[in-house]
Formats: sequence, C-alpha cells, structure tokens
Amino acid sequence: MAENPRKPKPPTDVFTPWEDPAAKPLIEFRNVTKRFGEFVAIDDLTIDIYEREFFALLGPSGCGKTTMMRMLAGFESPSAGEILLGGKSMVGIPPNERPVNMMFQSYALFPHLSVWDNIAFGLRRDKKSKSAIAARVDEMLRLTRLEQFARRKPHQISGGQRQRVALARSLAKAPKLLLLDEPLGALDRKLREETQFELMDIQEKTGTTFVIVTHDQEEAMTVASRIAVMEHGKVMQVDTPAKVYEMPNSVYVADFIGDVNLIEGVFSRPAPETCQITYDESEPPIHLDATPGIAEGARVTYAIRPEKIRVSADRPDDLANAAFGKIIDIGYLGDISTYHVELANGQMVKAAMTNSTRVSRREFTWDDEVWLSWRETAGVVLDH
Amino acid sequence: MRRIALIALPYLWLLALFFVPFLIVLKISLSDTALAIPPYAPTLDLSEGWAGIRDWWSGLDFENYVFLTTDSLYWKAYLSSLKIAVISTAITLLVGYPIAYGMSRARDEWRPTLLMLVILPFWTSFLIRVYAWKAILAQEGFLNQVLIGLGVISEPLTILNTNTAVYIGIVYTYLPFMVLPLYAALEKLDDSLLEAAEDLGCTRMKAFWLITIPLSMQGIVAGSFLVFIPVMGEFVIPTLLGGSDTLMIGKVLWEEFFSNRDWPVASAVAIVLLAILIFPIVLFLKNEEKQWESDT
Amino acid sequence: MRRVSWFNVTSLTFGLAFLYLPMVVLVVYSFNANKLVTVWAGFSTKWYGELFRNEAFLDAAWVTLRVAVVSSTLATVLGTAAAYVLVRGGRFFGRTLFSGMLYAPLVMPDVILGLSLLLLFIAIGLDRGMITIILAHTTFSMAYVAVVVTSRLVAFDHALEEAARDLGCNRWDAFRLVTLPIIAPAVVSGWLLSFTLSLDDLVIASFTSGPSSTTLPIKIFSAVRLGVSPEINALSAILIGIVTVGVITTSLMSKRAIAKRIRDENRAET
Repeated sequence: MAENPRKPKPPTDVFTPWEDPAAKPLIEFRNVTKRFGEFVAIDDLTIDIYEREFFALLGPSGCGKTTMMRMLAGFESPSAGEILLGGKSMVGIPPNERPVNMMFQSYALFPHLSVWDNIAFGLRRDKKSKSAIAARVDEMLRLTRLEQFARRKPHQISGGQRQRVALARSLAKAPKLLLLDEPLGALDRKLREETQFELMDIQEKTGTTFVIVTHDQEEAMTVASRIAVMEHGKVMQVDTPAKVYEMPNSVYVADFIGDVNLIEGVFSRPAPETCQITYDESEPPIHLDATPGIAEGARVTYAIRPEKIRVSADRPDDLANAAFGKIIDIGYLGDISTYHVELANGQMVKAAMTNSTRVSRREFTWDDEVWLSWRETAGVVLDH
Repeated sequence: MRRIALIALPYLWLLALFFVPFLIVLKISLSDTALAIPPYAPTLDLSEGWAGIRDWWSGLDFENYVFLTTDSLYWKAYLSSLKIAVISTAITLLVGYPIAYGMSRARDEWRPTLLMLVILPFWTSFLIRVYAWKAILAQEGFLNQVLIGLGVISEPLTILNTNTAVYIGIVYTYLPFMVLPLYAALEKLDDSLLEAAEDLGCTRMKAFWLITIPLSMQGIVAGSFLVFIPVMGEFVIPTLLGGSDTLMIGKVLWEEFFSNRDWPVASAVAIVLLAILIFPIVLFLKNEEKQWESDT
Repeated sequence: MRRVSWFNVTSLTFGLAFLYLPMVVLVVYSFNANKLVTVWAGFSTKWYGELFRNEAFLDAAWVTLRVAVVSSTLATVLGTAAAYVLVRGGRFFGRTLFSGMLYAPLVMPDVILGLSLLLLFIAIGLDRGMITIILAHTTFSMAYVAVVVTSRLVAFDHALEEAARDLGCNRWDAFRLVTLPIIAPAVVSGWLLSFTLSLDDLVIASFTSGPSSTTLPIKIFSAVRLGVSPEINALSAILIGIVTVGVITTSLMSKRAIAKRIRDENRAET
C-alpha cells in the first residue's frame, strides 16, 4: 500500500522531547524555592529542560528569572528543593566545577586580556595542551567571525563584537548547558534581530542546550523552542512560542505576550454544542466553538488578538461574530495598521490589518463606521 | 588675556619656587665649603662683570660628589634607605591590600564610613602619629606592659630605637597612602568579572590572582610609589623611632646641613637622592596619567 | 548580593585597630597623672592645664595657624588655576614641564624641597620668617589642591560650560557662574587638605623658618626628640580631638546633603 504523500510526518522527527515520556530531562528543578531574607525570589518551582533545547525564561524584571539562571550557574543555591543536571544533584557544587557556562548580561569580558586570551581563559583552566587550546580558540573565532579581532582588547571592538566574544568565550569549553543572561540587551534593534538568528544557528551547529533569560517577548518567541513565562517567582506557563501566543492559559500570559483585547463577560451554553459569552446587553453575544470545562454562568475573560479581527465597511456574513463601531485611532506601522474601534457600548477593540497592497489613500480613516468580525475559534476563554 | 594670566600665575610661581631652587641646589653642590656667610664658595659676583662670571664658573667642580663616593657613610646610607624603603613598601602593600579589599567588598552603606575611618588618621598630625609609637614601643611602654601582663614574654622587648620600630612607624604612617589608591582601583572592579572567571573554571583563589590582582595593578603601582618615594627621603621616622645604627639618607642630609653646616655636601646628597628618585617619580607620574586616560 | 566574608571582616578589623590603637593609647595617656607617661597613676587633666600655661607652645600654635590660613588660601587659588589650565587650557608652551613641576611635590621628599627653598631664600636675601614658610607651604600644597580639583573637573560635564557660553557668558563668566559653583566642594576640600598639610609640616618649616617664627611641629619635635612628654600627649589629644570632630562633622554634613538630594529627586519623580 503506497503511503499517502500528504500524510503528515511522524511526530518523532519534530523536536519535541517534552512530549516524550521516555525522554530524560537535562535539567530538573524540583520544588525549588529561593529566599533572600523576607523576599521570595523563586516560589516552589518545578520545571524540566531537555537536551538541545533553546529554552527561554521570560518575564518582567524581578520575576525571578535571573535568580533561576544564577542557581543553575552555581552563584546562588536554593533555599529549598533541588536542581539536577543530567540526573546529578548540583547542591554544593561550586560554579567552577559545573559543566555549565554563562554569558553575562554585561558580557564581563576581562579588560586586561585580548579577545584571544578571553576565549582561551576557560580552556586554560582545564589544563589542556597549548595546541588543543589554540585549535579550539581559532575554531570559536571562526564560528563567531572574529578572526581579525583576536589580538584586540575588549575596549577596542564594537558592542556587537563584544557580544560575540562573550558568546565564544562561554562556548569554548563546550558546556553541556549554556546560560545567556539578556544576551542581546545592549545591542540596537537591527543588530539584535540579526544576532537572534545567529544565536539559533550556533545553537544548532553546536548542539548545546541554551537557556536564555530575557524580558523581550519578541526575542523569546524568535529563538526559543519553549518559553517559560514567569511572574513573582512562579512559572505561569511553559509551552512552545506558538502555544503561548495562541493558547495562553491565563490573563497574565495573554497580556504579557503580544497585543490582546480582553473582554470580560458571562459564559453560557444555550445549546449542547454551542457556547457564547455575553459581555453587554446591547451587543450580540460572542459565539464560540465547543469549550469544555467551564461552568454555565461563570465570569470569564475572552482574549482575542487584534490580527484575528477583520475590519470591513459592510457587515460580513461569513463569520460568526460581528460588531459595529467607530474608528477612533489608527496606528500605521508599515507592515500592519492597528485600528482602535469603539463599540456602541464604549468598549474599545483593537484590530490589526496587514497592508498587503501599497495604497496612496488609507482604506479607512478616523470616525469611519466599520464592522469588526471574527471566527468562533479566533479567541480563547480564560477562566477566572 | 585672562587665559594667559591664568596660566602664567601658577607657572611663574612654580618656576620661581620649585624650578629655580633646584638650579641653586645643583650649583651649590658644585661649590666648595667655606667659612663664610653663606658658607660656600665661590659666590657669583656680578659687579665684576664678565670676569666675575668666569671666576665663578671655573670655581665649580664635582669635588663634593667625589667626596660622597670616598666616604662609605653616604653610599651605605643610600643603600640602607633603599633597603628600608623597599621592605617597608612591600609590608605596607601586604597590610594595605586586605584592608582595601575588605573595604571594596563591604556593603554599599558601609563603604563611606570605612573610607572615612581610613582617611581620618591621614588628617591627624603625621608627627603625632609617629610620636604615639614611642609610648607604645618603649621598654616600659604599652606593648611590653600588655605582653608581660598576658604572660607572653617575661623580659621586655627592645623595639624602640631599632630598625623594627622604623618599619612599624613607616607602615603605620604611610598605610592610608597605600590603601586609598588600592581601594579606588578595587572599587571599580565589576563583580561579574569574578563570577565569569569562576564560571569558566577558576577557584576563588585563582580568580583573585588572574582577575583581581591584574585589574588592581594601577592601584598597586600608585600606592607603592606613594610610599616608596617619600620613604626614601624620610627624616622624622628614623629620627624619632630609629636607633643610632639606623642609617637613612634623609637624616644624613639633615645633619649635614644643620649640624655640620656643610651646605655644598648637603646639596650634593640631595642631588644624588633626586637622581635616584627621578626614575620612580617619572614612572609614578606616567602611571597616574595612564589612570587618568582610562578614566576619561 | 554580597556575602559577609570572614576574611574581609577580619582584615578590616585588624587594619582599623592598627590605625586607631596608637591614637587611643595617646589620648588615654594624656589623662595620666604620672610624669612617667606609661606608668598609670590615676586620672588627671593637669597636663592640659600645664599646656595652656606654656607661652612658647601657644605662640607657636598662633604662628602655625596664621601660616596655615594664608598658605592654604594662596595654594587653593593657584592650585585651582593650575588644575583648570591643565584640564581645559588646551596646549601651551611647556605644558609637560608645568604639570611635572605641579605634581612632583606630591612625592618629592620633604628634605629636598626644604633644602632647595632655603637655599633660594638665602640666595635672594629674603630673611627667614613667616613669609618664607608661607611661600614654601603654598608651593607644595598647590599640588594637592590641583589633584583634588582636577578629579572634579574631569568628572564635570563640559557641555555645562558650553551651554553657559551659548547663553552669552564670556569664558570668565562661564567659569565664575557655572564651573566654580560646581567644583566648589573640591576647592573646599583642597583648602582643608592644604590647611592640614601646613599645620602638620615639620621638615620644610624647619628649613625655612627663622628664630622668630617657630611653628608648633618644630616645637613638638624638639620636645619629643628625647622621649615622651605628658604635655605633648595632652596637645596630641587636643589635635586628634579637633580632627575627629572636624572629619565626622563634614562627613555627616555631606551624608545629609546626599540624603537630601536623593529625597528631593524622589519627590520630583512622583
């Protein structure tokens, strides 16, 4: 029997070790708590990170992501719980004896050493032969395209080059795990975007597990295989970027990642297979597809991304939901335009449309009355 | 116009009261001792015109310098000063580094207080701080009383009027000059550099040697020169705390000038001392300039 | 997060004990009734009384004070000008010689400075007295003022002066109205430093003083050369007391000023 060519690839080819119950995680946080005096930086946290993952810890400053990273590196030890690396407990093992290297936010390049000596620093600690060190340093210089800067001191190279030296230095020892603390924070936007792809490329080439700490959600979405969204020392959600974006499990995550409309209302099931949310007496309810697990009459928040909402002059008849309103504001961002539309009841809704054609005149303008429409599956219902 | 005045005022002052005096010392060091006022010859007599200048010029010679080499007192004093200065600089560095390090690693809210505590003795009279050790180190002094009281020793130690007392006095009085530049260098040290070194496989001790020491080198150099150079010419400490066998060139110069009233030899002693010190002084100024450049 | 390290605490404790023990011992002994300073014979303030009846000490103190005020004021003016010239003056003829002459007295042994100045005063026939001490002290204090003021000038944003010039000041007005108020703390510390150095100096004063102008350090030195003296202990205790009060007051004042500034800034933020 010939295989159907359109049959999807078997899931084992896709890199999803977290879905494989037989896979052994590289890093295990087991009920880890970290207190600084009264302040609880990490609150009973359990998380698994797998080999070859590019794992992002995402959250606002003070959420505990840096503390988690410093515990992995060995600069802080947990107040309770335990961290395992490759199945071995890391309790009491000092930073210099861990197969973990870190790329510091400030890069922490040694100012008195040349680029070459900075990269060789860790290798020399391992008492490797001179030729082995030289070969490895040259390999790292090639990998990060720094060959012609080898003899310079850190203050004689640009910010982007320094960032690459820091990366090369932390990769030189071929650590099992590389920690990156806001690695791109000091770079300007354009360079940051380029470097994100470079990082992914290097991660793939070296097969190293990367854990990155960042407060920049776009960065996390771009580079990571999975993202842990953190808040107040707790992990709110761990998932792939697409899942975190499309299926946030809480109002916090929905709001933190990307732009979102949050509409509060009451959930009901008028018929067994239809669900809806009533948010205002004067507006029609929002129709949903089957949403199990939520009680009749529960107060919920409906989260819908602006790009899921279509703006049109006439009432469309192909979509389940429609609302009428007036354009209050237009934000033109080049690739997309964002419309702030006020519904009759005063509710503001953001809708984004891609500017797929060059137009000399905008399709809609201020004070235009428009219809907003979206599918049953466009949003998510978040229980309170 | 004002810019010229601003430059000229301190410039002329320094020329007149710093530069010219050195030329005079140089000139007198080439003159002969005389029983006259002033006690040297020849003196420049401009009233005789060109002949006066010629007489004066032909009267100058290197006799005093030759004398310094023939009398072993002088070169022994230079060598002894050099030895005392080198050893006491090393001790001051060893004592001062942990203090400066402790200050720089102290909590932020403690640091201004610690800094004040280190600077305070520096504001108190140098003479009095040296004198204080007389009462401590004397035969029946504080230290011997305490040690005998504790039963550590039964006979009082003889420390005052020995070279040991001189070393103690130097280390004590010059300690702030060592600690402050070291602190300035160590305070700038970024903690993440030490963490990076540990992360890359250093023990704490190794990280200290490979990162902390090299990065505080400018402070070490500045502090060492600030101790070494003035100690070479030190007069008060060997006079108050040293014994008859404590030989230091500053003391010799003083005695040559005030007791023997041999101005030309005293001048020659000063010129040779300056020649010895000019190299470290230039190095010190260069180091400061480098620090200045790296700061701006 | 810095951890308390026992090594650091220990080295600080021993270091500070080493710095302060001699001074504490001196102050304690100054209240000893016994003429033999180191043998305790009960508490007494009699040496303080003796000290204030000693005309020679009081005269010397008065000379020292006048010399210190005048020389530190002169040194502050000249040193500030020198620092300004070096930081902002650009290039001029003999700049290296100038900075060399300015900073060399920082490390030059006192005996050399004293000897050279004395020989100058003799050569030009200036009688030794308060004037010559003032000239000598001004010369070496200038260097200290210049160092303190320079560090402040370097940290100071050049754009402020340019803004003043842009708004219509000439160079002198820009200096007087903008630069000087901002570097004022450094100028004041420079003055205090020169003042202390002048009060403290023995060697240079010994070379440049005349018979009518004995300073306090000269007096103390001749008194302690042979041994310890209870009157000098009392004098030392007074001097240590003055310095301690002075340093603590100024540091408290600056701490309060900083606290006030932080408070003001916070208030302005909200």
